[in-house]
Amino acid sequence: MQWEIVIGLEVHAQLSTRSKIFSGASTAYGAPPNTQACVVDLALPGVLPVLNKGAVEQAIKFGLSVDARINSSSIFARKNYFYPDLPKGYQISQYELPVVQGGNIQIQVGKVEKNIRLTRAHLEEDAGKSLHEDFHGMSGIDLNRAGTPLLEIVSEPDMHSSEEAVAYAKTLHALVRWIGICDGNMQEGSFRCDANVSVRPRGTEKFGTRCEIKNLNSFRFLEKAIDYEARRQIEILEDGGIIRQETRLYDANKDETRTMRTKEDANDYRYFPDPDLLPLEITQSWIDQLKEALPELPPARRRRYVNEFGLSAYDANVLTNSREVADYFENTVKHLPTQAKLCANWIMGEISGQLNKEGIEITDCPISPAQLGALLTRISDGTISGKAAKSVFESMWNGELDKNVDAIIEAKGLKQISDDSAIEKLVDEVLAANAQQVSDYRNGKEKAFNSLIGQVMKATQGKANPAQVNAILKKKLTG
Amino acid sequence: MTLSVNDVRRIADLAYIEINEEEAKAMLTQLSGIFNLIEAMQSVDTSTVEPMFHAQSVVQRLREDEITETDQRELCQSIAPQVEAGLYLVPQVIE
Repeated sequence: MQWEIVIGLEVHAQLSTRSKIFSGASTAYGAPPNTQACVVDLALPGVLPVLNKGAVEQAIKFGLSVDARINSSSIFARKNYFYPDLPKGYQISQYELPVVQGGNIQIQVGKVEKNIRLTRAHLEEDAGKSLHEDFHGMSGIDLNRAGTPLLEIVSEPDMHSSEEAVAYAKTLHALVRWIGICDGNMQEGSFRCDANVSVRPRGTEKFGTRCEIKNLNSFRFLEKAIDYEARRQIEILEDGGIIRQETRLYDANKDETRTMRTKEDANDYRYFPDPDLLPLEITQSWIDQLKEALPELPPARRRRYVNEFGLSAYDANVLTNSREVADYFENTVKHLPTQAKLCANWIMGEISGQLNKEGIEITDCPISPAQLGALLTRISDGTISGKAAKSVFESMWNGELDKNVDAIIEAKGLKQISDDSAIEKLVDEVLAANAQQVSDYRNGKEKAFNSLIGQVMKATQGKANPAQVNAILKKKLTG
Repeated sequence: MTLSVNDVRRIADLAYIEINEEEAKAMLTQLSGIFNLIEAMQSVDTSTVEPMFHAQSVVQRLREDEITETDQRELCQSIAPQVEAGLYLVPQVIE
């Protein structure tokens, strides 16, 4: 039987506010345990939550950037469960009436564009951390993270392969960083994915029983966990078994998912409106004000790169993976507006390769867009060859000669020989010295031609334009 | 709705509370009393009443995103039963 995989994702994006969602404690990462857990975060008796305006604004910004509805009135609810790193015994979240409802994210898988619908995005607080190691059989609790604002972004089950799920997660990741509401640091847990996975016979409508895989903190794990889980479910169904609805954990070391809890042990969260918090009112003028301040979004930029600069959809997609890269690209193109493709190639090739090699971000790139623009100008006006440009690039990267392109070309003697008579002279010399190959070529040995080209290029120390050498050589040999 | 001793045990499990047989029976009587109260309330016809999320018709006040709290760990931990290396120690619970 042909099976279809059905995937929906829940993403928890940690909002980049300075203070917590319901208290004035700092959200900075990596502080000594419990130094950023105030009496509200500790849930001492008598304390009350006060909502952070910044967190609400970031949720609204997200909603606007995915064309969602911003609810003019929304409600906070208590999600009740018992765990030591949740001191109140409930998490403040949203159940009915979240801040953001609906919305769409466009993803690209290979050459195909696809729309993924969002169900909702709601505000909630994070829990603390439990450390289970070596406290004489007890657990240590650090509540610094308790109360950190999260935006839980829930998708519809619109994805049908791990590839699509990863493309969605990456697009969402790029978007929240683009609009500056989340730093996207997956190692530090700022962007966490849960995947709901089920399978059904291809062509049928009814959803299969789903399993939820928790806490996937890298795109690679997301992909592998979904692939494993889909395979597991298909095998069970093909053997005539049934899928139990359950929560599963992905074990990266073994590359498998395993049961965390079954539906029977599932918590009944007993959601109810939190009486400590009043309805959140969001006025249209507040929304308009935030809309005004929103940067140009990735889909708009992608369209502009294709229409204005003639880039392929693929290139436009890669360049808009982060706002920093896109800005770098545009600041480079400014210096040679007709050569957008050349700029794109160099940024996606040399620049990105070198950044990866050194493990640095484009914001720390030693070559500025203006300097890269100067280098590429020398390629496009024929002063140097693409190959010579790579050597100039290396010198610039290492900070030689103040990264002055023309000075480096001069010092390295990389100026291309484009003068016909100079090349003809060299060709004549090479032909005179290689009578054997000349006669080989005239007797129909094509290979001899390449060898002669090589000789000429060698004589020019690679500085001649290969196409020009080719034409002159051909003329001399047939002439 | 009638509650059974098994329901009481499950609720205790979810709440990580250890109860013995006698306590479970006592709880059953008390919880059933609460359920009766709720049943009495639910028998009121509210089909024409608009749901209300809060008893007062005022809206949430917001605070600016500013850090206003300082480190009070020492003070907070002075009332904790057990602390170590800055952490609150609790009986181990692993999910």
